[in-house]
Amino acid sequence: MTVRKNQAALTTDEKKRFVDAVLALKRSGRYDDFVRTHNEFIMSDTDTGERTGHRSPSFLPWHRRFLLDFEQALQSVDSSVALPYWDWSSDRTVRASLWAPDFLGGTGRSTDGRVMDGPFAAAAGNWPMNVRVDGRTFLRRSLGTAVRELPTRAEVESVLSMSTYDMAPYNSASDGFRNNLEGWRGVNLHNRVHVWVGGQMATGVSPNDPVFWLHHAYVDKLWAEWQRRHPDAGYVPTGGTPDVVDLDETMKPWDDVRPADLLDHTKFYTFDS
Amino acid sequence: MPDISRRRALTAAAALAVTATAVGVAATAASAADHTHPMPMPETFDEVYKGRRIQGRPMGGGGHHHEHGGGFEVLIDGVQLHLMRNADGTWISIVSHYDPVATPRAAARAAVDELQGAPLLPFPAN
Repeated sequence: MTVRKNQAALTTDEKKRFVDAVLALKRSGRYDDFVRTHNEFIMSDTDTGERTGHRSPSFLPWHRRFLLDFEQALQSVDSSVALPYWDWSSDRTVRASLWAPDFLGGTGRSTDGRVMDGPFAAAAGNWPMNVRVDGRTFLRRSLGTAVRELPTRAEVESVLSMSTYDMAPYNSASDGFRNNLEGWRGVNLHNRVHVWVGGQMATGVSPNDPVFWLHHAYVDKLWAEWQRRHPDAGYVPTGGTPDVVDLDETMKPWDDVRPADLLDHTKFYTFDS
Repeated sequence: MPDISRRRALTAAAALAVTATAVGVAATAASAADHTHPMPMPETFDEVYKGRRIQGRPMGGGGHHHEHGGGFEVLIDGVQLHLMRNADGTWISIVSHYDPVATPRAAARAAVDELQGAPLLPFPAN
């Protein structure tokens, strides 16, 4: 059974295996398919139309399934690898071991945002930006520039305490747990972390930065924590909602999986704590 | 906001591109609940910002397949920037997707800042 661990607790060997598996997916072309899929959904999910991957109740199950696909791809390279998560409310500075050269590498240089160290730096030759929205072909970051602070634990707690999963109109204007976690309103958790990292992470092609997976693995863990806290609150809506994925409706692009199939993560993986 | 109508609140919020919390939240709730009053078209603009031409205008022709800006388009040096309007009237673009700003012009300027001189690629990407 897959156990997803806090990235801060990984051994040197676990970090190396994760990085090597990610680089292998990149070499094979499979990695860029994930970037492309994410960008397609981010461009087409709209508040007034069909919405599946973002700005909707299915934001959480959609990303859960997306991460499962990616994790299974990693495991086809190295069966010992699991997705780590980044608790950005704890490891909240550029000095976190997450950003060390033996793992994801650090922030970008000030002139052009180019990441200069670590296995994903352009100079190493292993991390070309193929699916992109502009002419630049190197991984960029600007940690803590566009927004100074990552969310605090108290801010996370304030969102976990919300007892309703989601609310009409089931988009970026909603109140409730999902939209406050996604960050379109309220203290802003998930969106703010994308902005804090900067570079490709702030764009529609955000999976170009491997930290995407660690960020979303923690967002996913917060969903699990919310479920434990609110055992009587479930996914909504539960039927008949235009443009929105109801509990028992299948989700694109898979078309064979429903939010109802993804509510219990323990069928697929557990967490270290 | 007891003293003005919902429609006036919406119009005021959109016209002034208000980001202040009280009015913004009221407009959000109202616009989300009522689809019969489309948000007004943003102001057309054409300027050089940090050495690059940014343009915003109502879309010509039948609209684009990937059009989510409510019939409004933004170009950077002639290349269309994928733009999206949120339910509360704020805007995001493909190069700044998680950070809403008040107007299409602000989204265009944010994109120029983000690009640091790099050319925008026509979408869909690749």
